[in-house]
Amino acid sequence: MTSSAKSNLLHFGMLAGLVILFFILPIYHVGVLSRVMVMAIYAMGFNLLFGYTGLLSLGHAMFFAAGMYGFGLAIKFGGFPVPAAFVVGLMSAALLALVVGLLALRTAGVAFMIVTLMFAQTAYLVVLYFGKYTRGDEGFILQQAERSLFGLDLTSETGRYFTAFTLFAVCFIALAKLVQTPFGKRLVAIRENEERARMLGYDAGRYKLYALIVSGTVSGLAGVSYALLFGYIGATFSTVQYSIFPLLWVLLGGAGTTIGPFIGVLFMFYLIDISSGYTNAYMLIAGVVLVLLTVFAPKGIAGTLKARAFPWLP
Amino acid sequence: MEFGPHLMLASLEGAVISAILVLTAMGLSIVFGVMRIVNVAHGEFFMLGAVLAWYITTFLGGHPALGFGVALIVAPLLVGCSAAFADRAILKRINYDPDRTIVATIGMLYIIQQTTLMTFGPEARPVEAPFNHRLSLPWFEFGENGFVMTWPWGLSTTSYKLFVIIAALTVLIGLWLFLTRTKIGLIMRATQQDSEMAQAFGVPVGKVYSWVFGLGAGLAALGAVLVVPIQQAHYLMGHDPLLLAFIVVIIGGLGSLPGTVIAALLIGMSDGIISVFFSPTLAKIIATFLVAMVLVFRPQGLLGKTVP
Repeated sequence: MTSSAKSNLLHFGMLAGLVILFFILPIYHVGVLSRVMVMAIYAMGFNLLFGYTGLLSLGHAMFFAAGMYGFGLAIKFGGFPVPAAFVVGLMSAALLALVVGLLALRTAGVAFMIVTLMFAQTAYLVVLYFGKYTRGDEGFILQQAERSLFGLDLTSETGRYFTAFTLFAVCFIALAKLVQTPFGKRLVAIRENEERARMLGYDAGRYKLYALIVSGTVSGLAGVSYALLFGYIGATFSTVQYSIFPLLWVLLGGAGTTIGPFIGVLFMFYLIDISSGYTNAYMLIAGVVLVLLTVFAPKGIAGTLKARAFPWLP
Repeated sequence: MEFGPHLMLASLEGAVISAILVLTAMGLSIVFGVMRIVNVAHGEFFMLGAVLAWYITTFLGGHPALGFGVALIVAPLLVGCSAAFADRAILKRINYDPDRTIVATIGMLYIIQQTTLMTFGPEARPVEAPFNHRLSLPWFEFGENGFVMTWPWGLSTTSYKLFVIIAALTVLIGLWLFLTRTKIGLIMRATQQDSEMAQAFGVPVGKVYSWVFGLGAGLAALGAVLVVPIQQAHYLMGHDPLLLAFIVVIIGGLGSLPGTVIAALLIGMSDGIISVFFSPTLAKIIATFLVAMVLVFRPQGLLGKTVP
């Protein structure tokens, strides 16, 4: 079997497994899995920029929040129907990514991280400043009637799980295909050696901007999905912590692999779920995991598997 | 109060903010300058200093000045040592790779912060100032009767705030003498200029890195001990100093120490003055955005020489 056939089998097998899990898991874990799939969309968006293009952004929460608030405010104050608000959310994330990209991509390395961090902090403060509409830290809730998609009841576990699954599956397959296209290969070339990619005639700056826009839009989609499925919109999602989370997930699962983000989110969710039973300082676990990862397994779970046992892993 | 006295009050507040900021930012700047790494956990070392100050003063009891005096020496030392240990245990193992260091220090941030939450608890706790006399300040006015000195109501400061400003100045001068006049300072500057060449001349670069990392954390802790009688100790208090210190170091030029001092004065004073006259959130929005813009269009900062 060729390695591309193997990876196709892996991808569709994983999606089929998720469908089967819905029928065999207890209701609590079904709820956790819907959340994991939404956050995995966020992690996959981050992975395209960090894992494939080699750009470490510390401000992705602003794209997540842009999608979330674009969607939520369009419904709350614009009276938009859900599909239109969905598009508004995606557009606002894409637009923000374009503007941030045009400015932040003038810098590189450490400066890029700090600039994105600063932009995200500005975005967070803007959310707080317009507290009259956004309700600041407290956030606001979208009622069930305000967010039913084509008559589907998204407050039921079934509706929520399969909507999350559909969105996740579309992003997962699309991104897995995207990184196999010449466009995806060019991003990897930029990650490996930007000078060389430029020398070969590729406009590295333009590809980095495209990567940031796609990555920001996918992260925005995760924000829209979260607001759509769980109905809560709050400033917490634009804090620095939510910029750190995707980094943690992707590093844990394996940067630059297709299944890494999902594995990372799944692992981290259950780690926090179990540890928060013992202590309220569950972020301590996140800290320890981050340090251990950077020291002992910088390639993450999927990356280590790929290096040790399965070289065909996508 | 009229505009003049009001402005003077705001500048005094700004000077206190600058004094604390200059110490915190200096620590970050030295670490970046010598080791070429960004220490995201810097704010947590600041917080650790404040929390230790609370533990020491509570443990010793007695007159507030006794506990505070001990805290002023012991807390930065303890924080510095634990930072040096963290450098040995974690950063050395990843070879100070810039990207991985950021991730590792983010991990350290959460470890320190959450451990404090588990032991110290979520409450904000005050530390009593060693002395706290209220000092009224005069205001000079040129009126109908010529030049007169008035004592406007509300125009006052405390002796402790003046002490903070003087203490920060003293530490700054001491640091400058340390870096320019001693052999350890010379070794640090040699490592900053070219670590490989320094190693070739027998400088133990690994040890220097640990010292520098400890020194940087110790400076942040010192700033925190000074600020804790004005602002209470809390496990999340490291967040704002980290961001402000980042801003200062960037505006001053990454790794440039004189630039850091100038920028700390600039940011601290304007923060004090703007937040008296305008909404603090708006002030923060503008400041954060402008700093990002400085980094985009002038990555070397005000006094920096090389692009990082």
